[in-house]
Amino acid sequence: MKPIYLDNNATTACDPAVVEAMLPYFTEQFGNPSSMHSFGNKVGGAIKDARRKVQALLGAEHESEIVFTSCGTESDTTAILSALKAQPERNQIVTTAVEHPAILTLCEFLEKDGYIVRKLGVDKRGRLDLDEYKSLLNDRVAIVSAMWANNETGTLFPVEEMAELAHARSIQFHTDAVQAVGKIPMDLKQTRIDMLSLSGHKLHAPKGIGVLYLRRNTRFRPLLRGGHQERGRRAGTENAASIVGLGVACDLALQNLVHENTEVRRLRDKLQAGILARVPHAFATGDAGPAGKRLPNTCNIAFEYIEGEAILMLLNKMGIAASSGSACTSGSLEPSHVMRAMGIPYTAAHGTTRFSLSRYNTEAEIDRVIDAVPEIVARLRKLSPYWSANGPVDDTERAFAPAYA
Amino acid sequence: MWDYSAKVQEHFYNPKNTGPLENANGVGDVGSIKCGDALRLMLKVDPQTEVIEDAHFQTFGCGSAIASSSALTEIIKGKTLDEALQVSNQDIADYLDGLPPEKMHCSVMGREALQAAIANYRGEEWKDDHEEGALVCKCFAIDAVMIEDVVRANGLVSVEEVTNYTKAGGGCSSCHEAIEEILEKVAEEWSAEGGAAAATPAPEPAKPAARAQLTSYQRMRKIEEVVESIRPTLVKDGGDIEIVEVSGKDIYVNLKGACAGCMMEQATLGGIQQKLIEALGEFVRLLPAKLLTEIH
Ligand SMILES: Cc1ncc(COP(=O)(O)O)c(C=O)c1O
Repeated sequence: MKPIYLDNNATTACDPAVVEAMLPYFTEQFGNPSSMHSFGNKVGGAIKDARRKVQALLGAEHESEIVFTSCGTESDTTAILSALKAQPERNQIVTTAVEHPAILTLCEFLEKDGYIVRKLGVDKRGRLDLDEYKSLLNDRVAIVSAMWANNETGTLFPVEEMAELAHARSIQFHTDAVQAVGKIPMDLKQTRIDMLSLSGHKLHAPKGIGVLYLRRNTRFRPLLRGGHQERGRRAGTENAASIVGLGVACDLALQNLVHENTEVRRLRDKLQAGILARVPHAFATGDAGPAGKRLPNTCNIAFEYIEGEAILMLLNKMGIAASSGSACTSGSLEPSHVMRAMGIPYTAAHGTTRFSLSRYNTEAEIDRVIDAVPEIVARLRKLSPYWSANGPVDDTERAFAPAYA
Repeated sequence: MWDYSAKVQEHFYNPKNTGPLENANGVGDVGSIKCGDALRLMLKVDPQTEVIEDAHFQTFGCGSAIASSSALTEIIKGKTLDEALQVSNQDIADYLDGLPPEKMHCSVMGREALQAAIANYRGEEWKDDHEEGALVCKCFAIDAVMIEDVVRANGLVSVEEVTNYTKAGGGCSSCHEAIEEILEKVAEEWSAEGGAAAATPAPEPAKPAARAQLTSYQRMRKIEEVVESIRPTLVKDGGDIEIVEVSGKDIYVNLKGACAGCMMEQATLGGIQQKLIEALGEFVRLLPAKLLTEIH
């Protein structure tokens, strides 16, 4: 049976149309867009075209606001370092406790150099407290960086409102929108967002291509200096094939945006409801209620008293690909920082399992997963010392039992 | 995805001896749900012969935790308690044809559960004295707590020394930054503790433990390399350095030009000596060549 891929927040398959558009740029269209001959010229035109497609998906006002980079991580790093370099009088960064390591690890590194990093906490559903946010804004803050959508739970942050608040205090606002772009509508020209990161491989473009959206008139210092590519804002010969691929992927994402928010959402909701109806002692994490603000493709379910890696291995055996916030999948000792930030008890945090869909998933696949999961969970619970014949064993751990469901 | 051996997969997908054991007379619980690993080992021991007649487990944990538990029960069945106590965590890993370094703690947990279960059978109390830190060196499975302990106990000051004492950092070298952070942290504590304690980390007593021995040619080349790497800085300041003689731990050099006899001579020698010690992983002395002529 064909394997079922429900790990689209980790990475996506390249759309066949993307691959097809890219192929000529490995063969006859190999020129360097900077060159003064026809080999280069055509490539330059294709990059321009791709830039416009990215612009359209983001709703950016100007095409020159799109800067191609090598990945989401590079875009994130460029944004934060630029803000610090361009405003040496400001030494604080405001961010959140649930960012991707691309932001958090960089911030920890900067702390060693004396920068002050303020991390906003989240509530048990992964939501920010905007009053707390306001209290952190002052004229020593160089940049606010808050993710648009959380990669583990899909929870959305009100970045447009947060950008307004930052702008009012003349603070640069960056959002890591790697998980949000292509899944929810956005119109950056209507916002006060100064910088935004996206990554091609999360929206059916190849790995190794990203974008930094850079609002016109934002004070900027490049990370990579050298050639004049990307108007000197990101030196290095363009990854032409991937840029072309990203352009096509953005076009397709725009066309599928309604589908993503109706059909994909419906399948996700069906998956979540189906699993929760059949598996006791399980609950969805993040802002997962019916009115919750969440990506349409993501659901993250905590299965209590069992461990995530074991769940993934059994799922994998049944041809189902998902991912987990358990410590064991990363080789660290702690479960996901996102789950801990939400205060998910350890009895459940180790067993969190993320299912992330794409427009390629089918109803039949979702049905198969709903059928497979209860058995897998039951099997592992039977092995677990925290589980007896018909439920969790009575012990002190029960005192931590969550009221999330 | 982890690179689990076929044996690990077999014991994960089809674990042996699972679930509660009727009439168990030795039970060991280790780990906790907080750590993401917990194992209950149940033994049925024949009181006459002390032979383990049956062993079952219940495990909360990842694939290798479950496989290690299953392997453990298979290994110890039929053994006497004293024989079983000889089983090491490495034996469990070997039985499974190896575990990824990040997962070695699963076999350690198995070994601890065994000790706990036997202690429980014998009416003794078993205490977990094993503290585990974040994994630093993935090539040799060395964690932060271990590195910190060794750094403290031996007054280590360089990554090379840490590698010599623990093997950590001796493989792909991607953990060198993390090791440096541990060294910095401990060094800060030393200097906070004041002068006397701060003297402890002096390189003098460095004992090159399990260090891979350099041949004398390799050693000579290393010394040259270090000195060559320093020369440009000296030349820029109008000085220079040349090696005159290497005799055991003593390396005699000529400091020339602006360096010779200047106030900075001692400091310069000290700095270069430190670099040499780090590069060679052994203690050496850097001496001005004029001492050589005085001796001979
Ligand atoms: C929220 C978020 N930010 C950044 C990244 C990193 O993107 P890339 O892999 O392109 O560097 C990811 C990818 O996992 C992500 O989910």
